[in-house]
Amino acid sequence: MTALTRTLVPGFRIRNSWIVPLLIAGACVFLVIGSVQSSLFAQQTVSGLANGGIYASLAVALVLIYRATEVINFAQGGLATFTTYIAWQLIDWGLTYWLAFAATLAIAFGGGMLVELVAIRPVERRGNILTIVIASIGLLILAEGAVGWIWGAQVKFMPSAFPARVFHVGGVAFSFQDVGTIGVSIASVFVLWLFFRFTKVGLAMRAAAVRPAAARLVGIRVSWMLSLGWGLAATLGAVSGLMAAASPSVLLQPSMMDGILIYAFAAAVLGGLESPAGAVVGGLSIGVLLNLLPTYVDWVAPALLLPVAFIVMLFVLLVKPSGLFGRTRVRKV
Amino acid sequence: MAALLALRDVDARYGPIEALHGITLTVDEGEIVALLGANGAGKTTTLRAISGTVRRSGSLEFAGRSLGRSGPEAVARLGIAHVPEGRGTFAELTVWENLRLGAYIRRGSLDADVARVLEYFPWIEGRRTQQAGTLSGGEQQMLALARAVMQRPRLLLLDEPSLGLAPLVVAEIFRIVKELNSREGTTVLLVEQNARISLASSDRAYVLEVGRVAVDGASVDLAANESIRKSYLGY
Repeated sequence: MTALTRTLVPGFRIRNSWIVPLLIAGACVFLVIGSVQSSLFAQQTVSGLANGGIYASLAVALVLIYRATEVINFAQGGLATFTTYIAWQLIDWGLTYWLAFAATLAIAFGGGMLVELVAIRPVERRGNILTIVIASIGLLILAEGAVGWIWGAQVKFMPSAFPARVFHVGGVAFSFQDVGTIGVSIASVFVLWLFFRFTKVGLAMRAAAVRPAAARLVGIRVSWMLSLGWGLAATLGAVSGLMAAASPSVLLQPSMMDGILIYAFAAAVLGGLESPAGAVVGGLSIGVLLNLLPTYVDWVAPALLLPVAFIVMLFVLLVKPSGLFGRTRVRKV
Repeated sequence: MAALLALRDVDARYGPIEALHGITLTVDEGEIVALLGANGAGKTTTLRAISGTVRRSGSLEFAGRSLGRSGPEAVARLGIAHVPEGRGTFAELTVWENLRLGAYIRRGSLDADVARVLEYFPWIEGRRTQQAGTLSGGEQQMLALARAVMQRPRLLLLDEPSLGLAPLVVAEIFRIVKELNSREGTTVLLVEQNARISLASSDRAYVLEVGRVAVDGASVDLAANESIRKSYLGY
């Protein structure tokens, strides 16, 4: 792949470890200076970060499954939509928003594990990655179809957890909606990070993902770790879906997460597919990029945002297939 | 006394290829037993059959319980620690995380175990946060042993601990294995290419040839028998 990179882009290779931190720091400085200079820029950056948080949580869900099975889980978007409708239903039945939020996350966790058990484990035994991919595409269609069948295809109104007001910082108006979305997305990813970093089960899940055979030898039930991974991924997907449905630019309908899934793919690829931190940085970057581009570049119409995401993906795969945070594994014999 | 581990007529296969043809062997509590033989004789497969990482049939009993259809997770929970070929190191995780994983099946505090491990491997203390994949080969082999010690096994299965290591490191590893055996009472079943050092450190040995036991006996006798040494052990 490096050889390909060399021929396609002569004399341009990203290899040194300091380039990525420098790139991120540069982008941050650019955003801060821009925000100080222009209030429009500041507002667009913050709502970009809010969208980015939605992409990031779905992207981290994709990365979780990818690390454990090396499969892109196409069903992630459909499952997120399904769980968001469950939240809508609970609120419609009279639950308060945050109670419905918590209940939905719990249902998503159990549902994710159940889906792995029923739909993925049987095909996984065959050991063919393509079969799992096809099963996940089937699940995507099934989930969206089920949503349409149960709740109908017309758009539903999802209330937001955050007040529809703005607050002012230095003369710039920020919406509670945007800031709350950023907070919830980042907090959920952070909690997940704490779980993986500091708990025994989290450690076992990481071990099962990187070395399943060795993990079984120390007594880890690898197949259960996989189910657990699906449960956690579905939970994060639910966070993403709930935040998306509350956003004024997204409508709660069966295909709600289709576009967001593509942006989450782009985010995960940009971050390196193996790295949750990369997926977060990738998600926020894509969110900000897709918000600033149409604001400042005339010919990028909102309808062109999906192609932009594809161009980002293509560019990353050509220039640095391991993404921003992916690294070649260190191994000594 | 009944044997801790008893294999009777055990067959094992990789797909259509049968790798073991009726292995029978026993390991008593507190022993160090060596499995010797040429490449492809079935040494590694025998260990895999015990830990359940290969499909096997026949009778396998550990501490009076049949290992029967148990997979590796269940076998580990019975008190068998298998350090496989390639050491089974979690290269992406830190040294400390590798140790914690060794004690995965147990509950409660690990402090006593960690202290015990550090007695055998004092160098680990200063390397806790290092990524395990960046350790040298000898250090990785010792980490694998340390991880197995964390598991508090009754039976330790060691696959080629000397592979690719310098003679001094090999000597150190065998010294630690003997110490584990005498101080902790850990029973050891050991696979080795290096017949000389494994006969010197074991109580008994089995010599395998194309999936069968060819010769067995006390290690001292095998080492003293020139014809066995010449025809099977190549030294």
